[in-house]
Amino acid sequence: MLKIENLTVKVADKEVLSDINMQLKPGEQMALLGPNGSGKTSLLMTIIGFANYQITRGDIIFKGKRINELSIDQRARLGIGVMFQRPPTVRGIKLRQMIQLISKDKFNTDKEASLLNLKDFLGRDLNLGFSGGEIKRSELLQLLAVAPNLCLFDEPESGVDLENIALVGKLINRILQKNKDNASLIITHTGYILDYVQADRGCILVGGKLHCMGNPKEILETVKKHGYEWCITCAREKPKKQYHQSRK
Amino acid sequence: MVYHMRTRKTKKTIPPIAKINIKSYQANSAPKAYLDDLGSVTSDQKKNMLAAGVDPTQKSRSGTYVQMDHNVVHARSLYPGLEVMSTSEALKKYEWLDNYFWKVVALDADEFTRQAHLQQHHGYFLRALPGVKATYPLQACLFINDNNIIQNVHNIIIAEEGSDLQVITGCATASDVRRGLHIGISEFYVKKGARLTFTMIHNWAEDVSVRPRTAALVEAGATFLSNYICLKPVKDLQMYPKAELIGRGAVARYNTILFAHPGSRLDVGSRVILKAKDSRAEVVARAVSAGGDIIARGHLKGEVAGIKAHLECRGLMVSEKGLIHAIPELEGHVAGVDMSHEAAVGKIAHEEIEYLMSRGLSQGEAQAAIVRGFLDTSIMGLPASLQKEVDQAISACEKEVF
Ligand SMILES: Nc1ncnc2c1ncn2[C@@H]1O[C@H](COP(=O)(O)OP(=O)(O)OP(=O)(O)O)[C@@H](O)[C@H]1O
Ligand SMILES: [Mg+2]
Repeated sequence: MLKIENLTVKVADKEVLSDINMQLKPGEQMALLGPNGSGKTSLLMTIIGFANYQITRGDIIFKGKRINELSIDQRARLGIGVMFQRPPTVRGIKLRQMIQLISKDKFNTDKEASLLNLKDFLGRDLNLGFSGGEIKRSELLQLLAVAPNLCLFDEPESGVDLENIALVGKLINRILQKNKDNASLIITHTGYILDYVQADRGCILVGGKLHCMGNPKEILETVKKHGYEWCITCAREKPKKQYHQSRK
Repeated sequence: MVYHMRTRKTKKTIPPIAKINIKSYQANSAPKAYLDDLGSVTSDQKKNMLAAGVDPTQKSRSGTYVQMDHNVVHARSLYPGLEVMSTSEALKKYEWLDNYFWKVVALDADEFTRQAHLQQHHGYFLRALPGVKATYPLQACLFINDNNIIQNVHNIIIAEEGSDLQVITGCATASDVRRGLHIGISEFYVKKGARLTFTMIHNWAEDVSVRPRTAALVEAGATFLSNYICLKPVKDLQMYPKAELIGRGAVARYNTILFAHPGSRLDVGSRVILKAKDSRAEVVARAVSAGGDIIARGHLKGEVAGIKAHLECRGLMVSEKGLIHAIPELEGHVAGVDMSHEAAVGKIAHEEIEYLMSRGLSQGEAQAAIVRGFLDTSIMGLPASLQKEVDQAISACEKEVF
């Protein structure tokens, strides 16, 4: 589904990702962990093709096709979708209009919005004054309408209260289950979302470098116990295979 | 596809709109017959009227005035207490009407007002008798059908005491008209406690010059709501309508939506003179340049204490060419006036475009959606039925614009 090879990315002349290698098979869900500022969001923005994120080296291959030069909308139409951590406010476009503009096939906007407790938001300008949790649900509603094959979830649970996490988790599963080949990258700090969404593997991004690859729960435990710094030295000193690698 | 938020290096200024040679237009046109049944207009005329908010089927209308070039082709009220006729007809019927001519618009204001006086081609007379409140609006259409003509109209609207009058006026041309000059003098009288909602949609052609000269007199407790929409190409348009609030608690609100195509020149403003205690005014403009030039003016003049007024102008540049120049003016003449303004001119934030593109919209679609949202007519505070009509007219325009 997705193959990233030797990817190095610059933002405003600063290197934010260095020599990233990663592969996602069809139907595979991967958790992406890492401290603030480590480049997680940058990786997502680069995959979808935002202009600020300049690839200086390496390739992104999606569905067997090199997409480095494709425009954002071309990538989106190929099947990549992002749930943004901080989407911009778009004045003048109501959430309902947005859903109408982007939904592929028949989509019952009212029904889906009420399931997400977003009915009252359909008539509001996109993201204008939405709370943290409301933004998450509005993003997921949009992804549900678009139905991408590769979903990039940027911190789906942060700022979401306990009750709504279950709702968010359920929705992510619905989006992923629309097609058995759908794959995802899920950025999480707390790992709460992994109680609802089954991740097959996990990895850690620190300082723009990918450090570990293995069982997501185990990685999370290790980070909780020892912190990210330990993870880096761990990866440096021991071949990573000995550590968190475990079979699916 | 990297967007650069750079400041312009070249200093562009808007050159003054070229002088119009009034004599270069024809004052004669082929006579147009009166139509008892408006349904008999040609399909081209119908299409262009509809895009200006004028519906020849008169569904949801209280009456209609249509003037083609220099002839009145239809004038009829469908609602008791509302009057619809040409101003020339009305002058014959009502002796007192003379007092309403050139009262708020000065006859010697400029060459266009003088021209309209010397060579008047009718214009509409719309009046709501005291206390009359009609659900549906009256509609008036000033249509240019022949190429290269001058059309000088003088319009009068009177909302008598306690009445509630809605008017949609559309100005349009036949599709094959290229060149023309429209001069429109309009004088509005909103009497005590009355309410006039005036919505004007312009649907001109590329080489038509337009010079409306409009002013309103608003009495105590009366409300004047004026909406203006110009989305289609026009050669040049210059207007600065004015409302004088002369009675206690009078209210004026102007909403303007402008879209300048490459080559179009729009110099449009709204002015409110607050002359009475507790009077209020709000002037809101949205201007989009897709390569044309826009001067968006606004002027509030507070002459007595206890008034409140606000001016707002937002401009959006969607092309590297073109220019938007917002000129807000506030003039307080005594202590105790409360007037403010805000103006902002910018381009579409590229994060917004990228966001929409990441959901599969092309760059052009994303841009159009944002521009459409920017030109939101819900700011106009129209009654729901009228809002629907205006939105339909706008989407008819938009189909050709985007
Ligand atoms: N447009 C930008 N201009 C300058 N620096 C940027 C820009 N975008 C990202 N960066 C920098 O790149 C680095 C990585 O940022 P990124 O947003 O990818 O981190 P993150 O891992 O998602 O962090 P968080 O957990 O806080 O969301 C940070 O140091 C950030 O400041
Ligand atoms: Mg982030």
